[in-house]
Amino acid sequence: MNIDSIKNGIVIDHITAGKGMDIYNLLKLDSLDCSVAIIKNVTSVKMGKKDIIKIDADIPINMDILGYIDPGVTVNIIRGGERVEKRSISLPDRLVNVIFCKNPRCITSTEQELPHIFKLTDPANRVYRCAYCESKASGRGI
Amino acid sequence: MKRSLIDICDLSTEEIEEMVDVAKDIMRNPQKYSEKCKGKKLAALFFEPSTRTRLSFEAAMYELGGNVLSVSSADSSSASKGESVADTARIVSCYADIIAMRHPKEGAPLVAAMNASIPVINAGDGGHNHPTQTLADICTVSLEKGRLNNLTVGFCGDLKFGRTVHSLIQALSRYSGNRFILISPEELNLPGYIKKDVIEKNRIEYVQTTSLEQVMPELDILYMTRVQKERFFNEEDYLRLKDSYILTPEKLKSARSDLSILHPLPRVNEISVAIDNDPRACYFKQALYGKYMRMALIMKLLGIEP
Repeated sequence: MNIDSIKNGIVIDHITAGKGMDIYNLLKLDSLDCSVAIIKNVTSVKMGKKDIIKIDADIPINMDILGYIDPGVTVNIIRGGERVEKRSISLPDRLVNVIFCKNPRCITSTEQELPHIFKLTDPANRVYRCAYCESKASGRGI
Repeated sequence: MKRSLIDICDLSTEEIEEMVDVAKDIMRNPQKYSEKCKGKKLAALFFEPSTRTRLSFEAAMYELGGNVLSVSSADSSSASKGESVADTARIVSCYADIIAMRHPKEGAPLVAAMNASIPVINAGDGGHNHPTQTLADICTVSLEKGRLNNLTVGFCGDLKFGRTVHSLIQALSRYSGNRFILISPEELNLPGYIKKDVIEKNRIEYVQTTSLEQVMPELDILYMTRVQKERFFNEEDYLRLKDSYILTPEKLKSARSDLSILHPLPRVNEISVAIDNDPRACYFKQALYGKYMRMALIMKLLGIEP
């Protein structure tokens, strides 16, 4: 299958197979008016299968969302048809308004203008806890 | 730089020990401290019922020569009009020098501290943290046992919602040689994340049991707690669990003669009144020590030298 190369834009590579659509939704790529390609189940030597997203515009990407959803991805910046930068992602120490606290006893449940802040408390097990009530993040929220 | 106390871990063990020393000095020389906070105002913002903690804070400030501005329920404040915690904190910063806040929502004092220009003390946020109770508990342990390490501490009752238990476990996990015995019905067990992130992380030995009688002879300290009605969404669960553990003279027969019995109070029926005159009962002294620790804390956060 052929997908046109992009001139200036971003390629999100090494996405765990099946997570491409999640990332597309969470980064709100549907609101862009440029070309966006989601390529699913691409054969990969390293990963067996992977997803790839190509965005035909140089837009700011929320690395915290990427790091939280799939820390193994790489973000390639393309200018003039050439890759000029390759960024690896790591688990973010802090997430702001990426996931929401579901604890009904948390102050964020009644004061909805508060930013939802989560802190990485256990990197080995990718555990995030609410900065206010310390509840463990459950699911992806957003 | 402004400093607040939201979680007991905001204070280092050295700072806690310094404050225990200050509290002991206040007990010996109360007159020396009677004007330390002259001209300063404490705003006691209590959005949830409290007698002990609020009066303890107010007495602490008065004994330091300061004054108190008080909100004693959410109904009598702008919170009933829908004012946010952040706005309340900003406004109170204009009138007072330090805030003590109790709130039913977990994390509310942190929100206050993020928005106030003055120090904020967490005086209890829902079932989450209660660091000044922990300071009272630590002071009591230090005075009764002469040390904060190498102790076998039994925590009994509601270990799930008991915020004082969570904070004290955090504080005592930082001292070597302590051992915890967790005594509770299965439904009120200590949350897994505290076992994992606090107890196991600090390599503290612990045992979980449902039998108080079995472990009684091992204990240096017995920390009793009340099953709190306000922490339950379902009254049936509360009624089923409320009388799980009641400490009676009979149960104390196998205890050591130097056991110290602590309780954050208020007690309902979990400690029989027949134990009140037992020399091992420390819970009323604990309330007194709490006031001295709050005096030491207020001075520390206001940057006033003892």
